[in-house]
Amino acid sequence: MSTTTSAEQTGKEVAGGELLLETRGLQRYFPVTQGIIFQKQTGAVKAVDGVDLSLHAGETLGVVGESGCGKTTTGRLVTRLDEPTAGSISFLGSDISHLSRAKMRPFRREIQMIFQDPFSSLNPRQTVGTIIGAPYDIQKVKTETGTKKAVQTLMERVGLNPEHYNRYPHEFSGGQRQRIGVARALALRPKLIVCDEPVSALDVSIQAQIVNLLEDLQEEFGLAYLFIAHDLSVIRHISDRVAVMYLGKVVETADRDELYNHARHPYTHALLSAVPEADPDAEDARERIRLTGDVPSPLNPPSGCRFRTRCWKAQEICAAEEPPLMQIGAPGHQSACHFPEERDVV
Amino acid sequence: MGRYLIRRLIQAVFVLVVISAITFFLFWATPANPALLICGKNCNAETVAQVNATYGFDKPLVVQYGQYMQGLVSPGGRTIGSEGNERNCPWPCFGESYQNGIPVWNSIKDAFPATLWLALGAAVLWLVAGVMLGLIAALRKGKFIDKLSVGLALFGVSFPTIVFGYLLLYLFIVKLNWIPFPDTANAALFSVGPVKWLQFYILPWITLALVFAALYTRITRANMIDTMNEDYIRTARAKGLDERTVVFKHGLRSALTPIVTIFGLDVGGLLGGAVITEQIFSITGLGKFSIDSVLSNDLPAIMGVVLFAAIFVVLANIVVDVLYAVIDPRVRLA
Amino acid sequence: MTESVTSAPPADTRAGKPFLEVKDLQVHFPTDDGMVRAVNGLNFTLERGKTLGIVGESGSGKSVSSLAIMGLHKGSKAKVTGEIWLDGAELVGMSVPEMRALRGQQVAMIFQDPLSAMHPFFRVGDQLTEAFLVHNDAPKAVAKKRAIELLDRVGIPSPDKRFFDYPHQFSGGMRQRAMIAMALMCDPSLLIADEPTTALDVTVQAQILDLMKDLQKEFNSAIILITHDLGVVAKMTENVVVMYGGRVVESGNVRDIFYRPEMPYTWGLLGSIPRVNRSGDGRLKSIRGTPPSLINLPKGCPFQPRCDYQEHVEGANCSTELPELLQIGQEQHRVRCHIKSEERRQLFTEQIKPSL
Ligand SMILES: Nc1ncnc2c1ncn2[C@@H]1O[C@H](COP(=O)(O)OP(=O)(O)OP(=O)(O)O)[C@@H](O)[C@H]1O
Ligand SMILES: Nc1ncnc2c1ncn2[C@@H]1O[C@H](COP(=O)(O)OP(=O)(O)OP(=O)(O)O)[C@@H](O)[C@H]1O
Ligand code: SF4
Ligand code: SF4
Ligand SMILES: [Mg+2]
Ligand SMILES: [Mg+2]
Repeated sequence: MSTTTSAEQTGKEVAGGELLLETRGLQRYFPVTQGIIFQKQTGAVKAVDGVDLSLHAGETLGVVGESGCGKTTTGRLVTRLDEPTAGSISFLGSDISHLSRAKMRPFRREIQMIFQDPFSSLNPRQTVGTIIGAPYDIQKVKTETGTKKAVQTLMERVGLNPEHYNRYPHEFSGGQRQRIGVARALALRPKLIVCDEPVSALDVSIQAQIVNLLEDLQEEFGLAYLFIAHDLSVIRHISDRVAVMYLGKVVETADRDELYNHARHPYTHALLSAVPEADPDAEDARERIRLTGDVPSPLNPPSGCRFRTRCWKAQEICAAEEPPLMQIGAPGHQSACHFPEERDVV
Repeated sequence: MGRYLIRRLIQAVFVLVVISAITFFLFWATPANPALLICGKNCNAETVAQVNATYGFDKPLVVQYGQYMQGLVSPGGRTIGSEGNERNCPWPCFGESYQNGIPVWNSIKDAFPATLWLALGAAVLWLVAGVMLGLIAALRKGKFIDKLSVGLALFGVSFPTIVFGYLLLYLFIVKLNWIPFPDTANAALFSVGPVKWLQFYILPWITLALVFAALYTRITRANMIDTMNEDYIRTARAKGLDERTVVFKHGLRSALTPIVTIFGLDVGGLLGGAVITEQIFSITGLGKFSIDSVLSNDLPAIMGVVLFAAIFVVLANIVVDVLYAVIDPRVRLA
Repeated sequence: MTESVTSAPPADTRAGKPFLEVKDLQVHFPTDDGMVRAVNGLNFTLERGKTLGIVGESGSGKSVSSLAIMGLHKGSKAKVTGEIWLDGAELVGMSVPEMRALRGQQVAMIFQDPLSAMHPFFRVGDQLTEAFLVHNDAPKAVAKKRAIELLDRVGIPSPDKRFFDYPHQFSGGMRQRAMIAMALMCDPSLLIADEPTTALDVTVQAQILDLMKDLQKEFNSAIILITHDLGVVAKMTENVVVMYGGRVVESGNVRDIFYRPEMPYTWGLLGSIPRVNRSGDGRLKSIRGTPPSLINLPKGCPFQPRCDYQEHVEGANCSTELPELLQIGQEQHRVRCHIKSEERRQLFTEQIKPSL
C-alpha cells in the first residue's frame, strides 16, 4: 500500500512525512461465548477484519463509516487499549501489536487518544489540574517547572483559563470539556493522537473551535491524527487522507479531494450523497442514493463483497469473490469493488 | 432457561462443597482438641482416647471430612460411633451434637420453622413499609412527607436492633401489657391458633423489619427519583398516559428491579437465623441455636447451621438472577 | 390546508388564525443559583403541512420550548408564561387532564435521544399500542394492527416479528424509527422532532428524514424540527427560527435564513460549518466567546458580548438596549439587531457571503 504521494497530493503542508504508523491485516474478533464456568466460543463479532492503514508524521487520516463498522475498535487497537487478534501494528518501525503493558509504556507517551463524549470521559471527582496532569504521574515524568506549571501552560495553549486549575469538569461547558480532553492528550507531547468522534457531541460553533484548535496544534507540534467521525464535512475539512470503512474493512481510501471528487466505491457514493448540505436550493436539486436491503451483521458478514446486500450494482461475482483493495485513479487511491466507477455525488 | 438452571444448580452444589470444606477444615483445625471439648472437666487420657474413637478424631482430617460428606450425600446417611456402639445417622447427617448427642439435623429441623416465620413475616412488613414510604417520599420530593420519611429512615438505619427490640419488649409487654408475655418458646401457627401466633411474632417482626424497612425506604426513594427523571418517563407522559399509569406501570417497574435482587438476598440470608432478634425474644430459631452452639463449642452443630444457611444464600442467588432476567429483558441467561 | 380541521367547534374564531401560534413564551426555572431564564419571549407560527426548523446553540432553549408545547413542564418547578395556541386551544393555561388528552393525539414528540427514550422493560410493540389505546377506545388487536402497519411504514423489516422485540434488540437507527412510529400512532397534527438524527450516521439519517417527509405529505401534519445540523434544516424545512439565549434572534423562510441572513449570530452559525462539497483548507470560523449565562442574561442584545459588528450600530446601545424582533420587507423575515437593515444587507453581501 503506497501512500508516499499523500504529502504532495494534498494542498496542506505536511511536516516531515516519516512513516509513523502502519497496520497490516489488523483484525479484532470479539468472541461470543456461552457458559460461565466452562466457556464455549459460539461465534465471533468480526469488528475489525483485515485493516491496512498507514499514517505519516504530521498527517491526518480521516476514518468514516457506518455506526458499528469498527472505527472505535480500530482506534483502540492502534492506541493498544485493546489487543489485535491478528495482524500487526508498527509504530516508527517497532512492532507494538502484542507488547506487554510494561514494554508498551514508552510508546504510550507517543500515542494518545481523545474520546467522543466530553461528558463521561472525565472523572467528575477530579479537578481539571489532576486530570490533565495525570499522564505525567502515570509516566512518572518530571517536568522542569513542576507539574502544575506545565499543566497551566497546556491549559492556556488549548484556550482554557489557567486559573481554573482547581475546578471540576461539571463547571465547564461541553466545548471546554473537550478542550480538557485535548490538553490531557497533549501533555506528553505525543506524535500521534487518535481522535474518536471528538466533535460529534458539540454544536457547530463549538465544533469549529475544537477543529481549529486541533489544526493549530498539529502545525505547532507536528502531530499526526487518526480522526474518526461520522460527519463527512468535518472529515473533509481536517483530513489529508480519508479511509472509508464498511463492516470491519476499509473499502476505499484516497487523498481527501480525490476521495470526495472521484470516489469509486458504491458505498462511498452512498455516504457522500447522504450528507445534507447547508444550502436549500442545492438540497432540492440533489439526487440521493437511497440504500435499501438488509444491514448485515458483523457476526456473520456476507460472502464476497460485504456491501453486496445493499449495493445496487451487485452482480454474481460480488457474492462469489471478495474484491481486494486495488489501486485505481490517482496515486494512493484504492478501492475495493469489482465495478469501480466514478459518479457525481457531491 | 432450563439448561441455565441446571448449570446454576450444579454450580451451587460445587459452591456448597467448597464452603463445607472450608468450614470443616477451619473448625476442626482449631487448636482446641475436640475431644477435650466433649469430655470437659473429667478428661483423662483414657476418656480422651475413647472420645477420639467414638467420634473418629483419631482418623486423618481428610478421612473425617469424607465421612462427613458421605453423611450428607448418601441416601442412607452414615454410621457413626465407635466399634461396638455403632448407630445409623440418617440422611442428611450433619453429625451428632457434642452437647446432647441429638442428631444436628433434628435440631435444625425443629428450629427452622420459627426462623422461617420470623423472616417471612418481617420481610413482608419491611417490603411493604419500605417501598410505600420510599415511593411516597420520591413522589413528594422535598415536601414535608419526604423529609419525614427520610428522617424515619435515618432513624431506622442507625437505631441498634438490640436496643429497639428490648424497647419494644419493655414497652408493649412489660409496661403496657398489650401483649402477653411470650410463653411458648416456639409458637407453631397451628398448635396455638392465629391470634396467639400473631401476638407472639408481631414484636419480633417489627424489630427485625426496622433496619430493613429503613434501608428499603432509602433505596426505593433514590431509585424512584432517578427513574422518574428518565427520558422514558417523559415519553410515557408525552403519550398522554395518566399519572397513575406513568408512576405505577412505567416508573415503579424499573425502580423496583434492583430491590428484587436485594430482597431475595436479604431473605435468603435471614433464613439461616436472625441472631439478635431471636435472642431478644427468646425464639428458638436457627439464630438462637447457632448462638448456643457457638457458646458451647458444639462443632457439628455450628457446621450444620453454617451449611444450612449457606444453602439458602446460594439458592437465593439463583432465584434472584432468574427473577431479574424475568423482569429485565436486557438480561439474558446463558 | 386548514379546511380539514374546520370541525373544531368555534370555527369562526379560528378563521385566519395559524394552526400553531406561540406568543411571548417564557420558561424560567428557579434553581439554587438563581432563576434560569431558559426561554424569554419566543414567538412563531406554523401551518399544517409545513415544517419549521429551530436552530441555535446548545443551551439556547430549543428543547425547553418544545417541552412547553407538549405541556411537559406542568407539575414541575418550571414557570411557563405566554400563550401557545394550537388549533384554537390555548395550551399554557390548560389543565393537566385536558393537556393529557391532546398529548400523543394532537401533538406528539420524537425525543432527542432514542436510546433512553424507550422503556427498556416493555416490548417495542406494546409501547406503540399503549400510545394508541390511551386515546382510542379500541380492542388491542386493532392497536396491534396499526402498530405493525406503522413499523412497516417506517421501514422496520418484518414488523410483525419485530413487534415483539424489546428496545435493546433494535439498533440505534431502528429505535429512532420506532420512536417515530410511536409518535405517529394517533396521526398527530403537530409533530415535534428534537434532534431526531444527531446520533445517527448519514445514511440512516437520510432514510429517516426522507421518511418524515413522506409521512408529512401523507398526513398533512405540521412538523417542528430542532437540530444543530444546518444541512438537515436546509433539506427539510420551509421556515426557520434561530434562537440565541432563549430568544428568537432571526426568523424567516429557509432561503432568507441561508441566503439573506441579517443577524450577526446567524452569520456566525453559517460561517462555522465546514462544507462537504468544498475542500476546506484554512480555518473554520467560530464564534468567539462563550454562550451567555441564562441566570445573568446581558441586559441588551443577548449576543452583544460576542458580536463583532457593534460599530455599525447607530443611535442605540447594544449592551443596554434589547433590539426588537422586527419584520423586514414584506415577507415574514424578522431580525433582532440594532444595525439598520440596508447596512446589514451590505455587510452580508460584502463581508460574509464571499467567505461562506
Ligand atoms: N467489547 C466488545 N465485545 C463485543 N463486541 C464488541 C465490543 N466492542 C465493540 N464490539 C462490536 O464491534 C463492532 C464494531 O464496534 P465499534 O465500536 O468499533 O464501531 P464504530 O465504528 O466505532 O461505531 P460507532 O460509529 O457507532 O461508534 C460492533 O458491532 C460492536 O457491537
Ligand atoms: N429543569 C431544568 N432546570 C434548570 N435549568 C434547566 C432545566 N432544563 C433545562 N434547563 C436549562 O435551560 C437551558 C436550555 O436548555 P435546552 O435543553 O432547551 O437547550 P437546547 O437548546 O435544547 O440545547 P441542546 O442543543 O444542547 O439540546 C439550558 O441552559 C439548560 O441548562
Ligand atoms: S463489489 Fe459488487 S457488491 Fe461490492 S460494492 Fe462493488 S459492485 Fe457493489
Ligand atoms: S444588536 Fe448589536 S450586539 Fe446584537 S447582534 Fe446587532 S450589532 Fe450585534
Ligand atoms: Mg465508535
Ligand atoms: Mg435539546
